[in-house]
Amino acid sequence: MTDFAGLTSVLGSTLGAWYDFRDLNNLQRLITEWIADWGPDWLASIIAGVLGTLGILGVIGPTLLILIWVERKVIARFQQRYGPNRVGPKGLLQPVADAVKLILKEQLAPRAADKLIFFLPPVLIFVPGVLIWGVLPFGPRMSVADLNVGVLFLLAVSGTTVLVIFMAGWSSNNKYALFGAMRAVAMSISYEVPMVLALLTLVVFSGTMSINGIVEWQQQEDVIFILLFPLSAIAFFFAASAELNRTPADISEAESEIVAGYHTEYSGMRFGLFYAVELGNTLVVSAFIATFFLGGWWLWGLDQWVPSWIILLAKTGAVYFLLIWTRGTLPRLRVDQLMSFCWKALVPATLLFVVVAFVERTLLISEGWDTTVALPIMAVFNIALTLGAIMLFARVSRPAALRRPARIRMAGTEIGGLRAARQVASRTEEPQFQVGGD
Amino acid sequence: MTMSDDTRLAMQGTIEALTSGDGSEPVVVNLGPQHPSTHGVFRLKVTLDGEIVQDAEMRIGYLHRSMEKLAEERTYTQNIPFTDRIDYLAAMSNNLAYCLAAEELLGVEVPPRANAIRVMFAELQRVASHAMANGTFINDCGAWHTPLFHMFRDRERVLDMFEMTCGARLTTNYMRIGGVAFDLPDELLPTLEQFLADMPENIANYEALLLENEILHARARGIGVISPEMAINSSLSGPVLRATGVPWDLRKANPYCGYEDYEFDVPVGEQGDCFDRFLVRMAEVKESLKILRQVVDTLPDGPWLADVPLHARPDPGESYARVESPRGELGFYLVSDGGPAPYRFHCRPPSLINLTALKEMSIGGTLADAIVTLGSIDIVVGEIDR
Repeated sequence: MTDFAGLTSVLGSTLGAWYDFRDLNNLQRLITEWIADWGPDWLASIIAGVLGTLGILGVIGPTLLILIWVERKVIARFQQRYGPNRVGPKGLLQPVADAVKLILKEQLAPRAADKLIFFLPPVLIFVPGVLIWGVLPFGPRMSVADLNVGVLFLLAVSGTTVLVIFMAGWSSNNKYALFGAMRAVAMSISYEVPMVLALLTLVVFSGTMSINGIVEWQQQEDVIFILLFPLSAIAFFFAASAELNRTPADISEAESEIVAGYHTEYSGMRFGLFYAVELGNTLVVSAFIATFFLGGWWLWGLDQWVPSWIILLAKTGAVYFLLIWTRGTLPRLRVDQLMSFCWKALVPATLLFVVVAFVERTLLISEGWDTTVALPIMAVFNIALTLGAIMLFARVSRPAALRRPARIRMAGTEIGGLRAARQVASRTEEPQFQVGGD
Repeated sequence: MTMSDDTRLAMQGTIEALTSGDGSEPVVVNLGPQHPSTHGVFRLKVTLDGEIVQDAEMRIGYLHRSMEKLAEERTYTQNIPFTDRIDYLAAMSNNLAYCLAAEELLGVEVPPRANAIRVMFAELQRVASHAMANGTFINDCGAWHTPLFHMFRDRERVLDMFEMTCGARLTTNYMRIGGVAFDLPDELLPTLEQFLADMPENIANYEALLLENEILHARARGIGVISPEMAINSSLSGPVLRATGVPWDLRKANPYCGYEDYEFDVPVGEQGDCFDRFLVRMAEVKESLKILRQVVDTLPDGPWLADVPLHARPDPGESYARVESPRGELGFYLVSDGGPAPYRFHCRPPSLINLTALKEMSIGGTLADAIVTLGSIDIVVGEIDR
């Protein structure tokens, strides 16, 4: 990217070559190229990996601290409160104070816990939490590992979290923890399916499994995937928020039911690690939703003017706000309701769109349709199909108990026992309240 | 390496489970006494088959403060603060019920202004208590505190009015035998007017947020159902009874403090499920506002406290007075032996009696349903244990 050579040559010119300093990956490339000049190849790749990991940790660590503050502030505004405003300016240092408190707290372990398996999860849960950042493209060439099977890597890595959660729940020797772990396993395994199917739609349509490839496809065709496959986007959003244990699908740590779910017995910084990874996962999922469905680092040419990672960050922030919003608004679903929603609504709907993607891909490639004409038509068709599918599933999957409206009547002058109750019920006047029902 | 007792027991349980029949056994889970959704120190012991509740056993007594016994050592006036602490979310209603019982025993005539003030504060208390009940109910359904905090805003304004009238917010100790302790302060009526003006919009907001919420419907409709027959047989009262369709409200059935002079209606549900209880409470708040409007418009002048001796010694006898507290029929039974203190002081707590139906409501549902049902009954543990 040498379009703005004057702007971007700050770093590059000092080393006698042109580099785009907006693309932070060039730093890493510079160092590895320099090492490759005199050292062995394996050293260069190891150092590249270490640098990438450090870069990721260096970015997400402080980001998480700010995010805790942002989330608490935003939720507080939803709830007519101020939120943290005591420690530091505007309460900005509150997460730091919390972290210090958590580190200083005693780390308790239940006497009957399976000690080794109890100690491991807070550490292990960090591994997928960090690995998953590796394939996220922050810019055209700005990802730690631009794998050609990035989508597969993403799904594989995110799938391992559930094992760690189950270890935590099982080893605590606590019934709440066990319930939380069981629910988490059941839910994660179920929601992987619509998640995979939603991504399969994109993979089929864009013809690449590289995450950067998917972004570049969107850039090439001048369209973002949420317009082409809105239902996949909605399904991915919901499935991901279920995997993240956030309301309305936070059943594995449902506070009002099972206290804190699988991490009930973890205290101090062990709990802090679970909390941090959960928040980090929320951020990375927002980033991936932005990448897959909102065009990632690309925004109709704006990425030529603004560093690409800032565009990605803005989109991530928008998705993250949506996640906070749902969390602050919606009640929680029950386990069986979540399961039936997944298997009876999300899986068939996403499967339908995989088929749609196959057909439309064939029309584009084999039949040679002109993309500038075909893509808008397909977008309109798919949006209509999405609305239809949502309406159909809302009608079909609605439990019978909800089809009747809930009614409240006024007793009037009939006060008394069962006879009066029957009199009230037999009156034909309009009910005071009538909500729900088809 | 020696095994700890816990480990050995756990292993024995596992071995028994694996060797018996289908290899599974029900799990007993203690919800409480320290648990986020027990609204105090109440313990619910549920036997679960997976997520399905097979049996629910209520263990109470963690907040027992021996109030009924202590009250036998104190004069009639000294007992009023105890009633605040019985149901600390509806202190005014409890004050009122006790004072009515004592007045019946003493044969005191209450001045009309005192009656109007009593109705005013009992209804304000109902608004505050239902705000709490509905907010925590949605919380038990898993919402992240948002509706609760919105409803707390209204409750806060009611508590401010309590504070400006009697100096206390929660345990008010405002009613006296023969009237109320203080006359209304000058700033109360304008504040109340503003409150009455603002509330319809707030309620409309809650209704817009909650009534058509599909998740709330899915969680609360058809859950914790109880039939009208069963509700009557379990002597349930309050919104829990009215949600089953039985129109029973003591303000209509057995009016006190001049409730017969005010125009209001009694909302009743149809299904007797958690959602109907929620709807009944929402509708009751509106009716309470209607009563408050009329009280403000027709507030009589005059004394607010009858002339009752501080250490009254009623003639030997007994009395029972009951009011429609936010949770149901709240009764106080007093026996006098002619001394300065009651010979027997007994409270009929609606929470305790409504809670007895929880087992009936929750068996066969999931654990999550049991929590929602518990939330919809709206218990106050101080009232259960006393």
